[in-house]
Amino acid sequence: MTQSMWFPNGALPLGWEHYLFGGLCLGAGVALLFVLTGLIGGMSSVYSTTWSWFVDRPFFQQSSLTGSRVWRVAYAGGLIIGAAAWFVWSGQPTRVAVSIPTWQLFVGGLLVGYGARLSQGCTSGHGICGLASLSRPSLVAVVTFMATAFMTANVMWRLVGV
Amino acid sequence: MASTIIPTITRDGAPATKASPVAVVCAALVAGALFGFGLAWSTMIRPEVVLAFLRFQDLGLMLVMGGGVAVTFVAYQLGPRVLPRPLLGGAFALRAAVLDRPTVVGAAIFGIGWGLCGVCPGPAIAGLGAGSYELGWAIAGIALGALGQGITAGKRRG
Repeated sequence: MTQSMWFPNGALPLGWEHYLFGGLCLGAGVALLFVLTGLIGGMSSVYSTTWSWFVDRPFFQQSSLTGSRVWRVAYAGGLIIGAAAWFVWSGQPTRVAVSIPTWQLFVGGLLVGYGARLSQGCTSGHGICGLASLSRPSLVAVVTFMATAFMTANVMWRLVGV
Repeated sequence: MASTIIPTITRDGAPATKASPVAVVCAALVAGALFGFGLAWSTMIRPEVVLAFLRFQDLGLMLVMGGGVAVTFVAYQLGPRVLPRPLLGGAFALRAAVLDRPTVVGAAIFGIGWGLCGVCPGPAIAGLGAGSYELGWAIAGIALGALGQGITAGKRRG
C-alpha cells in the first residue's frame, strides 16, 4: 500500500484548536508588549544583547544592545514562566521530553543563532513582528527561511534519514 | 492615508520608551509569559512538531503563525492610531527594516538550521519551562552562533 508523501494522515492529524488558540495567545503577548511599552518583541535579539554583559568588543557594546538587554532578559524569563504555567494548567503527566539527537540540536542551533542575528530576525522577529508590520524585508526573510527550512528538513528526512 | 506610522521590526531595540524601567521589565515579564504560554499551548516548543510541519506532515504551524500575526497586526496597526503613546509612556517603536544581503543570507542560514533541528530562538527558551532541558543544547548553539555573528560582523551591522 502506498501512502501519500504529503500529509499522509491529513493536513491536521493532531487537531487544530491548540494550534490556533496557542497562536492567538502568543500573538497577544507580542501585542501586549507593544501596547504597554511600544517595544517590538522578537526573540532572537536576546541572544546578542545578553552577551553585552560579558563581551567587551565594540559590537556588543553598542547602545542598541546594552540599552535593551534588561527588558529582553525579562521577556525571555517570562517565556519560561508562561510555558511552565501551561505545563501546570494542561496537567501534563510528565515533562515534555525532546527526542531530537543532541548534535542536531546543537549544530542546528549554531546556524539558527548566526543566521537569525545576521538577518536581524527569526520566526518571531521577521515572522510575527515583521509581517504584522507589513515589512517587505521581513516578508522576503520569511519566504527565504521557509524555503531553506523546508528543503533542509525534507533532504535530511527523506534522503539522509535523520 | 499615507504610510504613516508603521512600526517595523526593531533594528536596534533601543528603548523608545521613557516609562519607568521597572514598569517596562514587569510588562516584558507578563507579555513574555503570554508569549511562552502560547508557544507551549501550540506545541511549538516541541521540535518534533515543527519538523513534522517542515516535512509536510502537519499543517498546524500555519495556524500558529496566522493566529500570532493576526493579533499582532491589529495591535501594531491600531495601537499607534488610537493611542497617543504606549500605555506605560514613551513612544511606539518604528524602525524600518532594510532589505540587504545580510538580511537574506542570514535568513537562508537560519532556515537551514531550523530545518535541521526544528528549534527557533523563542521556543528554545520557552521549552525549558515545560521541562525540555535537552533544548539547552539548542540554546547553547544559538548563543554561540549569535556570539560568532557579533564577532565577525565587527561594527558593520547591529
